[in-house]
Amino acid sequence: MSALLGLALCRAGTWLNFLKNPIFMSTTIVPGTPGPVSQISQIPEAVIRIAGNSQDGIQAIGGFLARLAGRSEQEVMTFMTIPSTISGGPSIFQVRIGSGEVLSAGDEADMLLAFYQHSYDNHLGSLRKGGVVLYDSDHVKELQPENLSKYRHVGVAISGLTVEAIGGSGRDKGKNVFALGLLARMFDLSVPKLHKLLEERFTGKDPSIVQNALNCFNAGYNYTLATAHELFRLKPGENVGHNQVVMSGNEAIALGLLAAGVRFGAGYPITPWSDIMEMLRRELPKYGGIFVQGEDEIASVSMAIGASYAGRVAVTGSSGPGIALKTEALGWASMAEMPLVIIDVQRGGPSTGMPTSVEQSDLNIACFGGHGDSPRVVLAPSTVEDCFYTAIEAVNLARKYSTPVILLTDQGIATRIEAFPEPDLKKVCQDISPDLSPIADHKPYDLSAPDGITRHIAPGTRVASGKYPVVTGLEHDELGHPTGSPKLHIAMTSKRRSKLQKLGRELPVPKVYGPSEGQILLVGWGSAQGPIQEAVKTARAAGEAVSGLHIKYINPLPEGLEQIFEGFRHVFVVELNDEGLYGYGQLAAVLRARYCNPKIRGINKVDGLTWKIREILDRARALAQ
Amino acid sequence: MNSLAFPFVPLDRTGGIPLIPVPPLPDSERKPLTKKEVSADHPTWCPGCGDFSVLALYFKMIEKRKLWHEKITTVAGIGCSSRFPYFVQAHGAHYIHGRALPFASGISLSRPDLHVFVFGGDGDAFSIGGNHFNHTARKNIKLTYVVMDNQVYGLTKNQTSPTSPLGRKSKTDAWGSADRPINPMKQAISAGATFVGRTSATSPNHVLEMMEAAMDHDGFSFIECLSECVEFFPGAFDAAIPRKGGKFELIPPSHDVTDEYAAYRLADNPWPGQFGIFYKVNRPTKNASEAKIIADHRAKVTGLADWQILQKNFDRMK
Ligand SMILES: Cc1ncc(C[n+]2csc(CCOP(=O)(O)OP(=O)(O)O)c2C)c(N)n1
Ligand code: SF4
Ligand SMILES: [Mg+2]
Repeated sequence: MSALLGLALCRAGTWLNFLKNPIFMSTTIVPGTPGPVSQISQIPEAVIRIAGNSQDGIQAIGGFLARLAGRSEQEVMTFMTIPSTISGGPSIFQVRIGSGEVLSAGDEADMLLAFYQHSYDNHLGSLRKGGVVLYDSDHVKELQPENLSKYRHVGVAISGLTVEAIGGSGRDKGKNVFALGLLARMFDLSVPKLHKLLEERFTGKDPSIVQNALNCFNAGYNYTLATAHELFRLKPGENVGHNQVVMSGNEAIALGLLAAGVRFGAGYPITPWSDIMEMLRRELPKYGGIFVQGEDEIASVSMAIGASYAGRVAVTGSSGPGIALKTEALGWASMAEMPLVIIDVQRGGPSTGMPTSVEQSDLNIACFGGHGDSPRVVLAPSTVEDCFYTAIEAVNLARKYSTPVILLTDQGIATRIEAFPEPDLKKVCQDISPDLSPIADHKPYDLSAPDGITRHIAPGTRVASGKYPVVTGLEHDELGHPTGSPKLHIAMTSKRRSKLQKLGRELPVPKVYGPSEGQILLVGWGSAQGPIQEAVKTARAAGEAVSGLHIKYINPLPEGLEQIFEGFRHVFVVELNDEGLYGYGQLAAVLRARYCNPKIRGINKVDGLTWKIREILDRARALAQ
Repeated sequence: MNSLAFPFVPLDRTGGIPLIPVPPLPDSERKPLTKKEVSADHPTWCPGCGDFSVLALYFKMIEKRKLWHEKITTVAGIGCSSRFPYFVQAHGAHYIHGRALPFASGISLSRPDLHVFVFGGDGDAFSIGGNHFNHTARKNIKLTYVVMDNQVYGLTKNQTSPTSPLGRKSKTDAWGSADRPINPMKQAISAGATFVGRTSATSPNHVLEMMEAAMDHDGFSFIECLSECVEFFPGAFDAAIPRKGGKFELIPPSHDVTDEYAAYRLADNPWPGQFGIFYKVNRPTKNASEAKIIADHRAKVTGLADWQILQKNFDRMK
C-alpha cells in the first residue's frame, strides 16, 4: 500500500472507529439535487490549498484529489508540509490539477480550505485575488475585514455538520471526508469516481465502514453552499490514451528499485527517507528479497555493500545526517569499485536542521563527501516519474561502471504526489542476478581491460586458476592485494577517475527548454525543473528571452554545457541552497569551477519551500540588470 | 514510455577479453584443499605474532572440513589481525575499521550458500565496532566471528585497547590504563550471541575444535582467541600458557552451555579464566526468520513473474 494511503489510514483509523458507531450507521444520506447555485465556470486548472493540522487527515483529501485527477486524465502535482512533531500541528497540502501540463504546485491558490483560525490567518495570503476561502466557521471566528472584499469567503460549520451528519457523538473526526464532499460539489468533481476511490480505500475492511465513509462524503456533497455564488468545472484532460498512475516520489523510487532488480537493502529511519525503506521492507519479501533495518547508517551502508559484493547491486539511503555517517563506507566502495546505490532524500541542513523542509544542500556531500579522491556517480531526478526511471538507471550505472551511485532527491519530490503514464512493467523489469558460473581466471582491477572498467566476480564463483580476488580499501594491485607502490596508486587512481570520465562522455547532453539563444538561461537540478520551466513559459509569454536548462547527471557532468551557455548573456543557477562564502550555490560553484565562466551566477534561497515562479523571475530580472 | 538513457545491459565478465570455458568439477572429484592451495600472500605479521597460529588453524579447518575455495568468504575490518583475508586464497574482503560484521551480514543474509568467516582485533570488535557486535549477536546472523584479542592496538602501535587490563601502560596511557576493560564473554552473552567460545592461539588443537564447533553452529558464533602481540604486549597471556608456567584450564564438562547465568559466572573467573564453550543455544537466526517471511510472501504470489507482482502495486495506484 502506498505511503500516502498508509498515512491516511492511520489517521482514518480514529474516525473509522467512530464511524462504527451504531447511530451513525443507521443514518444514510444519498446524494440529492444540489442546492441552487448561480453559475458554473469552466476552468483549465485549479490550485487547492488545504490547511489544517496533520492529524485531520488533510493529506488524505489531497491524496483523493490527486488520484481522482490521475483517473480523469488530468495532470496533477501536489505539495505538502508536514510538521516534524509527532503530535500533529499545522500542516498543509496543496493540489494543482490541470487539464494541460502542470509544472509546479502553483504560486497562488484558487481555493483555500481552512480548518482552523491559524490555517485561515497563515494561509489567506496564499490565495489569488478573488479566490475562494472555504473555512470551518466552528473554528474560524475572526475574519480579516480588510480581506473580505479581496477573497470570497464561504463559511461552513464543517466540524458541527460532520458531527451532526454522522450521529452526533461529539467528535469531528471524519471532517476530512465531509470537506472532500464540499470540494467535490464546488469543483463539480466526478462523484462516481470519488465513491469508487473511497470504496477502494476501505476494501477488505468491514463493508459498513465503506458505506459510512460514503455517507460522510455525501453529507458534505449535499450541503447547500448558499454563499458560494460560483461553482467550477475543470475542462476535461488532454492526455487521453494512456493509463495514469498516481504516487509520491519516494514511492516511485522504491518501485523503481524493485523494477531494477534490487533485492537487498538496508537503512536506518530518518525523515524523509524512511518511506522508501518502509516500502522496500514491505515489498521485497514478495520478490525473495530482504530489507534490513540496521543499527545505524554505518551498519546499513556496510550491509548493502556486503550484499553488493555478494553479487547483486544493493541499496541503502538516508537524509543529510545519515549520509554524513555513510561517507567512510562510500570511500571504501569507491576504492574497491563496488557497485552500490545510495539514496539521499535531502532536507534542510546542516545537522538535524529543518527536517521536514525542502532544501538542495547535499550536492557537495554527494559529489565530494568523503576522504581521498573518491569518484562516484550522482544523479538527481526531477519529477515523480523521473524518480522511478532514475532509480533503474542508478542500478544500471552502478553495475556498468562498478561504482557507487548516489541518487539525490529532495523533500519536495519525495512527498509530492503526481500522476504519470503507467510504465510498461513487463519491458521495464530487469533481472540482475549474479553470474556464478566458474571462470578460468580473473583480475577485478585489470589495468589492461579494454574498456578500463573493473568487474567483480561474486563469492561462490570458482576460479579455475586457483587465484582468488580480494576486495579492499587499501590501494591494491589487479587482484586486489595491497600495495604501497606509487606507480600502482597513480594507475589505479586514474582507473577510478577515467571510467567516470568515460561515463561523462556517454551522458546525454541536456536540451535547452526554449530557444537556444537569449538573455537569460535558468539552470536547475532536481525538483527545480518544473518551476524553472514554468518560469520560462511565463517570461516568454511576457516577451522576455529566457530559457531553461535542467541538469540531471550531476557527477560526472555531461559534455556540451559550455556550448549551451554560449547562447546566453546570463546563466543563473537556481538552487535551494545558500549562496555560500563566494556567492554561488553548490551546483553553480561546480559549474564555475569547470567552465571558469563569469556569466554563471546563482539564484539561491533557503526558506524551506519550493520555488515560486514569481520568485525566480523577480530574482533573475534583478540579477540581469 | 519514458526511455532510459542507461538501459539494462548484461555484464560481460572481463570487459571484452574472450572467456575461456571452464570444465565442470563435480565435488566427488575434488580433493581437500592443501595448505599451499589455500594460502595467498605471505603474512606481514611480526615473527612470533599469535595471529600466525590462527591462520594456520583456519587452513587446517578448511582442509579437514573439505571446504572449497569458492564457498568460503573471509571478511575483516582493520588492524594487524584484520589483514587475514589477504593471506587466504579464497574470496575475501578487507573492509573498514570496525564494520566487518555488518558487511559480512550483508553477505550472509543474501547468500545462504556461503560460509562467512570474520576475523579481527579487539579494538575493531569492541571499540569502534562495539555497536555492530551487539546487534549482529542480537540478530543472530549466521556467521563465525573470531576476535584475535591481543589486548592492545597492534597496527597503530601500542595504544590502549578496550580489553587492555587495568594499569597496563601504553602510548595513550603512559601511567597505565584506568578504564575498566570489556569482558568479551559477558559482552557476547548479554548481547544475545548464541555461540560464545574462548580459546588461545597457543593451544592449536583447542582453536581448531572451537572453530569447527563455531562453523557448525547455526547462528552468530563468536570466539575470543587470545593472540599475543609479541611486539607491543609480550607476555600478556603467559598465565594461560603451560609452557610458560601458566595454566590452560578448560571449562569443566559439567558446565551447562545453555545456562546463561552459569556462563556469565564462568566469565567472572579470575585471569586467565577458562577456555571452551561458555554458551550455546539454538535460537532462530535472522537468516531463517527472513527466509520464513519470504516464504510467506512468496506463497501469496506463486506463479507470478516479478513484473506481475509489481503490476499489482501499480494497479493500486491508479
Ligand atoms: C575510522 C578509523 N579510525 C582509526 C583507524 C586506525 N586504526 C587502524 S587499526 C586500529 C586499531 C587496531 O586494533 P585492533 O582492532 O585491536 O587490531 P590489532 O592491530 O591489535 O590486531 C586503528 C585505531 C582506522 N583505520 N579507521
Ligand atoms: S604488531 Fe603485534 S599484533 Fe601486529 S603483527 Fe606485530 S605482533 Fe602481531
Ligand atoms: Mg588488538
